[in-house]
Amino acid sequence: MSFRTYHEVAGTDRSDLMSQVLAQRDLVAKRLESVRRVVAVMSGKGGVGKSYVTAAVASAAAQAFADGKAGGGAVRGVGGVGVLDADLRSPTVARLLGATGPLRVGEDGVEPVVGRGGVLVVSTDLLLDEGQPLKWNEPDHERFVWRGLLEAGTLREFLSDVVWGRLDLLLIDLPPGADGVIDLLELVPNLAGALIVTIPSEESRRSVARTMRSATNAGIPILGVVENMSGYLCASCDTPGSLFEGDAGADLAREFDVPLIGRIPFAPGGRGGRIRRWPRQPSRYGTWSTCASVRSHEVPLHRLRQTDDLRRAEATGGRDLRGVI
Amino acid sequence: MTFEERKQPGDGTFAASFSCPTCGRRVAMLANPMESQLVGALGVKIGGRTLDKQPMELTRSSIVGRDDAFVDAPAHTTKPSSVRWSRAGEERLSNVPKFVRGMVKKIYREWAAERGIEEITPAVMDEARADMGLEGM
Repeated sequence: MSFRTYHEVAGTDRSDLMSQVLAQRDLVAKRLESVRRVVAVMSGKGGVGKSYVTAAVASAAAQAFADGKAGGGAVRGVGGVGVLDADLRSPTVARLLGATGPLRVGEDGVEPVVGRGGVLVVSTDLLLDEGQPLKWNEPDHERFVWRGLLEAGTLREFLSDVVWGRLDLLLIDLPPGADGVIDLLELVPNLAGALIVTIPSEESRRSVARTMRSATNAGIPILGVVENMSGYLCASCDTPGSLFEGDAGADLAREFDVPLIGRIPFAPGGRGGRIRRWPRQPSRYGTWSTCASVRSHEVPLHRLRQTDDLRRAEATGGRDLRGVI
Repeated sequence: MTFEERKQPGDGTFAASFSCPTCGRRVAMLANPMESQLVGALGVKIGGRTLDKQPMELTRSSIVGRDDAFVDAPAHTTKPSSVRWSRAGEERLSNVPKFVRGMVKKIYREWAAERGIEEITPAVMDEARADMGLEGM
């Protein structure tokens, strides 16, 4: 009996798996041709408010675009803002933006749902039954083998198969950790950069610093740091108070030589999973220089200019926070 | 040997059967679950694609979630079609997985319209399937 190797078999490879995989990548690139910037929102630590910051930046950017247009309103496909929820297992940003399904499937792909302020949203939250965890339609054994592939495939399809249209900004809300942004970089090589979210604590600083190091090692520009839960605002009189010890936002900004984009105090006001009061600018609720920068198509996000308040805050080691919080 | 059909019994395995065009002898190939799942999780089609990829095909077939998570968008450019479906044809169509049903229906409808067929029956579907090489649908 003689055996032939795969390469000796005559005829075509009908599966042509490699071509199929490459075609998937091409679809992502083609879809994102109409998206001006893709920005990842990430953190090394869970529970710091990445989705909140994503929703807030998306809302503020959409409003900024709308303000800059005659007639107002974020017009779908023109100067729009999109949010892709890549936190597949713990999706929250769709609800924060008031975006609900179903997703409509057209000939060109899946149409994102429209959230508050005209922000386009795609999330696994739109696919799952209320209160149910993400579950894959696969056998229950050896799930660890293909779960990562399925998650990567879902992220890829959220990019390639969604009719994002013309967007000025697509924010990707990543799960905690560094792996997400590295995977994303393979799909989106021209990623504009990453926005880092932390809380003030030292534990968060250590965790987020590792993630930032991974991102910079991979060549991903860090656009800036947002410190969330930076103090506490009294629900009745808005008097600020301390919440966490530490100064992680400013420390990380110094360590990586990136801007501290904003400090957002914990402001009670959410009810039923929705946020009634959004951070505004300029105010004690934080400064959103990202919004100002994305208004201008000419200013790359990685050249964000800090506000005077932030420069002063940095110059004083975070002691003078006038105008920042 | 000629490829006959592909089956996915639902236990994670994948089977393909082939037959001899001369004597009809059949042989089957059975892949183990892990290999099938690994390849399937890449979102590729073993044996190559006979149909265009459908939007979020992998996601829609892989995530256990809401039945109403996806709906068909109204077709703005679809031309009115005089082709109708027989009850048996519709029953058979209902066996097609939901996430590709709309596309399969469109394929059959267009195939029938091009040939002046007014009603799509299971026999018409068989003929179309053989004509287009859509085994397994």
